[in-house]
Amino acid sequence: MDYNVDICETDIDYENLADGEPAQDFSFNPINEPETSTQNCPEILEMEVFKECTDVQSSRSSSTSDESLDREEISHLQRHGWSAATVKVLASMPSRTAELNKSRRVRYQASSHESPHCPRPVQGASVLADVEEINTEASNFCAAENNMDQLVSSLQGLSVHEGTRKLRAMPLSLADKIEIRKVAFSLKTESSFIGRNIPCYTHLSMYISTTWRHCLFSCLPVFSSFKLWHSALKTLSGRYGTGVLSYFLFLRTLLFLNLLLFVITGLFLIFPQAIYPPRSSKANFSGIELLTGTGYFSDSLMFYGYYSNGTLHGDQYRMPAAYFFTIGFTLFIICIILVYRLSKSFGKNFQVLKSNENLAVKVFSCWDFKVSKKISVRLQSEKISTQLKEQLSEMIKGEDKKTCMQQLRRLIVHLLAWIACLISIFLGTIGVHYLSENKFNFNFKAMLQAHNLPKDTELLVLSAVVSGINLLLPGFFNLCVWAEKYESPGTRVYVSVFRNLLLKVSVIGVLCYRWLERIPDNSTLECWESFVGQELYRLLVMDFIVTVVYTFLGEFLWRVFSQTILQKKRKPVFDIARNVLELIYGQTLTWIGVLFAPLLPAVQLIKLIVLFYMKKRSLILNCQASRKPWRATQMTTLFICILWFPSFLGTVVTIIYTVWTIKPSENCGPFRNLKTMFEGGQMSTRHLEDAHPILKWLSWVYDCLVENPVFLFLASGVFLMVIYFQAQVVDGQRKIISRLEKQIENEGKDKKFLIAKLQDLCK
Amino acid sequence: MGNKQTIFTAQQLDAYQDCTYFTRKEILRLFYRYRDLAPQLVPLDYTNHPDVKLPYELIGSMPELKDNPFRQRIAEVFSEDGEGNMTLDDFLDMFSVLSEMAPRDLKAYYAFKIYDFNNDDFICKSDLEKTLNKLTRNELTEDEVRMVCEKVIDEADLDNDGRLSLEDFQHMIVRAPDFLSTFHIRI
Repeated sequence: MDYNVDICETDIDYENLADGEPAQDFSFNPINEPETSTQNCPEILEMEVFKECTDVQSSRSSSTSDESLDREEISHLQRHGWSAATVKVLASMPSRTAELNKSRRVRYQASSHESPHCPRPVQGASVLADVEEINTEASNFCAAENNMDQLVSSLQGLSVHEGTRKLRAMPLSLADKIEIRKVAFSLKTESSFIGRNIPCYTHLSMYISTTWRHCLFSCLPVFSSFKLWHSALKTLSGRYGTGVLSYFLFLRTLLFLNLLLFVITGLFLIFPQAIYPPRSSKANFSGIELLTGTGYFSDSLMFYGYYSNGTLHGDQYRMPAAYFFTIGFTLFIICIILVYRLSKSFGKNFQVLKSNENLAVKVFSCWDFKVSKKISVRLQSEKISTQLKEQLSEMIKGEDKKTCMQQLRRLIVHLLAWIACLISIFLGTIGVHYLSENKFNFNFKAMLQAHNLPKDTELLVLSAVVSGINLLLPGFFNLCVWAEKYESPGTRVYVSVFRNLLLKVSVIGVLCYRWLERIPDNSTLECWESFVGQELYRLLVMDFIVTVVYTFLGEFLWRVFSQTILQKKRKPVFDIARNVLELIYGQTLTWIGVLFAPLLPAVQLIKLIVLFYMKKRSLILNCQASRKPWRATQMTTLFICILWFPSFLGTVVTIIYTVWTIKPSENCGPFRNLKTMFEGGQMSTRHLEDAHPILKWLSWVYDCLVENPVFLFLASGVFLMVIYFQAQVVDGQRKIISRLEKQIENEGKDKKFLIAKLQDLCK
Repeated sequence: MGNKQTIFTAQQLDAYQDCTYFTRKEILRLFYRYRDLAPQLVPLDYTNHPDVKLPYELIGSMPELKDNPFRQRIAEVFSEDGEGNMTLDDFLDMFSVLSEMAPRDLKAYYAFKIYDFNNDDFICKSDLEKTLNKLTRNELTEDEVRMVCEKVIDEADLDNDGRLSLEDFQHMIVRAPDFLSTFHIRI
């Protein structure tokens, strides 16, 4: 009961601050501000009545079986400090008389869908009044009986089925329910009990539905555990927070994208060509091919050069058409999937009710009562506490005010760090460019052959250098971020992500320039597309090897270093920015490479699977959760955004440029002897149309609609309008919700005011 | 289906079936679970309504409840004497409310009672603090607990009296899509 007094005091203080009137001023002038001045009064009156009633309570005789009820009833009434007369009036309020009143052990304030048989209101009021004044067994018994009558009468008007359903949903003890049932249903005739022998088919359908529900509930956990790596991710998220979880979820997303890519290319390109090989492979297999992609692999299903430009299986399967349309189709599907996921992520971030109910709902509905094993219980506690800490950290975004000098210093530090990073990126890119153009004039071939390394090893130099840059520069960026001393871990990650992104974009840009401008002009190559495919393959494999080495040795050594030499007690934190950008880099290479090396998605698939287990292991061994937990709700959106905008769109631009303008090589691949690959596509379309005239109308539709700018303008105009309307609707709903909440609050205040007035009048 | 059991009369079983969310078979299965907790205390014949109460320690040792941090409150809320000692009726009632068929309002009502540690029909700050400590096994610092409590009351308290009443709680639960599936014990 102590908090009553506390609230009273704080309210009084608050009101004093707000109004300046003394708290005890309870006259009839509150026409101006009824809520503020009389908000004091209920609490003050509470205090007085509270003192009164404690005397009453102490003098009362004790212990009947219903004493607990009485104590509850009375203490509840006391809490609001209502006198008997007030209680009488309040008990005859329409909302009260429609409710189920107190029973032996519990109180329940039902919702409004009650039966039309309202029990006798006056009796209810007198019941409450009686209970407060005298405590005799008789009156208690009366009370209980009247309550019982009310409940029974509320059940009587209904059919058996309805009544049973309502009885089950009553929050009473089982013994009470059985009694009520006895009274309520015994008044029905025997025929209704016979009527309870429900017909067979209803029984059967009920049996089926309950069995189905049982099956579903027992199968659901099994299904969710089928979701790949579900339990592993749960453990990780509980211990390391949502930032790290977003990395692993992103990895899983990429895995599924690659799987889809692999399935489509496998079905339409690889499988048919594998069944009808155009020529047998000439070279022998030696180990180095796994790294360089040349030799045995160069004339295999792996690369573009192997695919025939004719038809397979007689005249039925045109390879060029298949190649062109498959690549187009995969890109289209991936586009749709990415746009869908992007829109879902954005939708989650801009929900109408997002900011309102998160913490309270989470606290009360997060504990899963089904969990019974000790380890799972502990894991659940960990997860909940991590989530709560993250949400709290968002709330405490307090910043200390800095002086001018400090702000200036920080600005200079930031500027220097950015300049250093940009210079390093520039240098790295220039290095790659010159190396690729062989401006250094090293004769790598001779140098390596002098050391008796196998042939073609000099091709690995470029990929090794690129991977080395990808390894070292992110470390340098980490150093800069550490020097800049950002306050919130979230900002640190975002800045790191952006810098890594710049690095990867420049490197890929330079490489694309090399592949699309330099190599096709290089007349010494027989099959430039295969060569590009091999380069991509080498980059991917080298990247994988370097990542493995870094994860096993680098993170391990760094932990040992930081714990022994730097004497830090905590293990290092998982570097989300670097790892995510590496994933995106690998995925971009895969997407660019699908045109030149259809089996590349398979390589990427294997790489991702191995990466998951490796990173998980390394995380558990070498890393620790960040000291300041931060909520990474928008990380997933950011990653998908980066995947969409620079990565996928860049890929699409590259491929369209390749297909549209670059001349395919003359001796290999499905598009040999054509001016551009696009021409091959057009030819295939014409073939198809001739073969199936139905498709002519499709191409007519295409010409009219898609190539007609007016239609595109109209379509985008319509979309923009729809988006605008939706945004306005969401905005309006938010406004309405906040107004309704204010209204509820005001109703509460009005209620208190009216009760106080009632008290006053009754005196 | 068949009336071969002699533990309950047919009327008793009908009554149980009408008043809980269990079928006959499940009621019998639950009876055997209840009896397994203390075979020497629980008779095999309930036709004459024996007055048998199992002490809280036995109830709290059930595998479904053993590691649940709220097991004591659950037992107290559903027991007749408020101390956690349960009769068979209380036992059936408890698992009926916690089963998957119970409607949301009923579950919300009992969840409210469970989280109301001091039994004053309001979830006040101290109740919230106890709840949080049980949820997180005391891993949050005092400051963090205090901040969470303040924010929760801020968010959920609609009539602005500094504590959560049953209406506030039910209103909040309406917005919790997974409340029905988490407030559920399978037995």
